[in-house]
Amino acid sequence: MDFQLTDDQRALRAGVRELLVRRFGREQLRAAVDAPELDRALWRELGEAGFFALRLPEAQGGVGLGLPEAVLAFEEAGRALLTGPLVATHLAAGEVPGAATGESVVAAVDGTLVEWLDEADVVRGDVTGAVPMRSADPLTPLHRVSRPAPPDPVAALLTAAEQLGSAARTCELAVQHARTREQFGQPIGAFQAVKHLCSEMLVRVEVARGAVYAAAVTADPLDIAAAGLLADEAAELGARDCLQVHGGMGFTWESDVHLHLKRAWLRARRGQSAAEAEEALAEDLVAAAPGPRT
Amino acid sequence: MDLSYTPEEEEFRARLREWLAKVLPGLPPKPSPDDWPGRRAYDLGWQRMLYDAGYAGLHWPADAGGRGATPTQHLIFLEETEKAGAPYVGANFVGLLHAGPTIAAEGSAEQRARWLPPVLRGEEVWCQGFSEPDAGSDLAALRTRARRDGDDYVVSGSKIWTSHAEVADWCELLVRTDAKAPKHRGISWLAMPMDAPGITVRPLRTLAGSTEFAEVFLDEVRVPVANRVGEENDGWRVTMVTLSFERGTAFVGEVVACRRVLGELAREARKNGRWDDVPLRRRLGRLNAEFRALWRLTQWNVSESERSGGVPGVGGSVFKLRYSRARQDLYDAAADVLGPEALDLDSPWTLDRLSSLSYTIAAGTSQIQRNIVAERILGLPKGR
Ligand SMILES: Cc1cc2nc3c(=O)[nH]c(=O)nc-3n(C[C@H](O)[C@H](O)[C@H](O)COP(=O)(O)OP(=O)(O)OC[C@H]3O[C@@H](n4cnc5c(N)ncnc54)[C@H](O)[C@@H]3O)c2cc1C
Repeated sequence: MDFQLTDDQRALRAGVRELLVRRFGREQLRAAVDAPELDRALWRELGEAGFFALRLPEAQGGVGLGLPEAVLAFEEAGRALLTGPLVATHLAAGEVPGAATGESVVAAVDGTLVEWLDEADVVRGDVTGAVPMRSADPLTPLHRVSRPAPPDPVAALLTAAEQLGSAARTCELAVQHARTREQFGQPIGAFQAVKHLCSEMLVRVEVARGAVYAAAVTADPLDIAAAGLLADEAAELGARDCLQVHGGMGFTWESDVHLHLKRAWLRARRGQSAAEAEEALAEDLVAAAPGPRT
Repeated sequence: MDLSYTPEEEEFRARLREWLAKVLPGLPPKPSPDDWPGRRAYDLGWQRMLYDAGYAGLHWPADAGGRGATPTQHLIFLEETEKAGAPYVGANFVGLLHAGPTIAAEGSAEQRARWLPPVLRGEEVWCQGFSEPDAGSDLAALRTRARRDGDDYVVSGSKIWTSHAEVADWCELLVRTDAKAPKHRGISWLAMPMDAPGITVRPLRTLAGSTEFAEVFLDEVRVPVANRVGEENDGWRVTMVTLSFERGTAFVGEVVACRRVLGELAREARKNGRWDDVPLRRRLGRLNAEFRALWRLTQWNVSESERSGGVPGVGGSVFKLRYSRARQDLYDAAADVLGPEALDLDSPWTLDRLSSLSYTIAAGTSQIQRNIVAERILGLPKGR
């Protein structure tokens, strides 16, 4: 057992991070908030970098890597708040022409919502009568549909990876702010109430990380269900605590914190609901063989 | 990232399983929780069986008498013994999990030869004399003092919350050897024989009604200078080594135990009808997610320490914070499954619920762990 990133996995993660910092840094993120449309050039660049074709076999023109690598790439996407129907297009690679290379934008029905319907070249699922919503997440256009699609475990896992990335990022943002913002003559991070918020954020991130990475290795539906629950918790509570640490600044449109929070809410709606995940995990408890009590 | 085990590791697991299946049925019945001499004998007996079978001190270095096994093998050992319902380390806790590893890491050759084999063979029990009435979280504020007299230190003061003190042969004792130095600089780490004249042990009753810890009064107790591990006044550094072992590896087996207990609780709920309570059932499902994730975090930490090959890092604080709360959540859920029975002291669930309350206090409170995570991992400024 060696449950740590391999050198190749570290390199892959660093490469994706570097690409996203360069192509979707803070400035591009804020520009996207003002004009929420899909950057087709970036989409193709992601395609070229293998983001969508990561798990497609090499024989089919893909990169031939596995779920763990995809999870690392999506964690970075979550960190950067990268926009677009990333999961749907990734899952369509090899099935929808142009998805693997980023030539096509593929949207999909997930539950009763579709992200990026108007920008998509191809839509998977039944979207007849789809009604546009005023999306709470300024970076993700949404439609409501009447015929829900069944959840896909891989989509749920990649979503959990994005949640993990976002949670790790909000923890970092909170810590950075707590180190520099001064009140009462010292950095607010020296105050224990602030310190403890930050350390709980990190604990949630690390617990979610173990669950998400393990689910990527096993691809077990129950591991994925558990990873989803913990990653949603880490992302949603992380963004809230980050907002709290930022004080009034955190409540502004200028700060990025609300973007993380709103996207975390939206992602938590994708795939299996928390109730379904908890029911499945409860069922697992009684299905397991009885053991002795000491 | 690889969660599979090597053929050698699988082989190790298979042999261990076989051995457990052979020896566990023949174990004597467990003594009652308040029979301390009985518990000592039982725990030492189990340790002796491990020793004879070659499983003692698996995670200790080979030159300390251990098996030099990889952290992964140690993990398999904890997983399998716990799954099989084997006895827990019990009274051997301090010796095997922190005093021993500390002496292995910091002690001289003579010290290792004197103290380590009896721990592994199940002959001597250790306790931990760190906390004092006025020095708990602020451990470095300790006042028990040791004055040099020839080849001895003469120790006076008192310790508190000392687990297993009544049945211990040795105590890892922190004393102040320089009263004038800054508080972290004047401390030394001693091995004190518990039968030395001048030691009085007064058991304290816990909220669970038992006497698992005690007050220890020290009145001019003579401890040979040769029993000091590390340099004089350098005991704080040694203490940090001890605490990293205490927080780093000590709880690993318990996560497996909690997963088993959770399964039992679910089956109990099925039997008594509480399974139909949807919010309660969902709570159990979420606890399943929680303990699965804690197990994964354990595997992560073990792999990390296997790669770095060193003493467990502050990551143990992250684990302890979450685990200690999860354990309490588990027994709170149990109380809701059991209903009125959860107030019956004859139910093992009740005693376990009461003892779960100690987890956010013992081995450093959750508040202190949060300070450690914030300052040592996240790099936030020290508070005043
Ligand atoms: C079951 C059990 C077994 C134990 N076994 C042993 C043993 O074998 N050997 C041994 O040496 N000790 C042992 N202990 C002692 C244990 O390590 C201490 O209880 C613990 O470190 C807390 O110290 P304290 O009890 O003095 O509480 P205090 O330090 O007085 O703390 C009281 C409260 O104040 C909070 N607090 C204190 N300082 C701070 C701070 N800086 N920031 C925020 N909050 C703070 C604490 O979190 C706690 O909530 C045991 C304790 C228990 C419960």
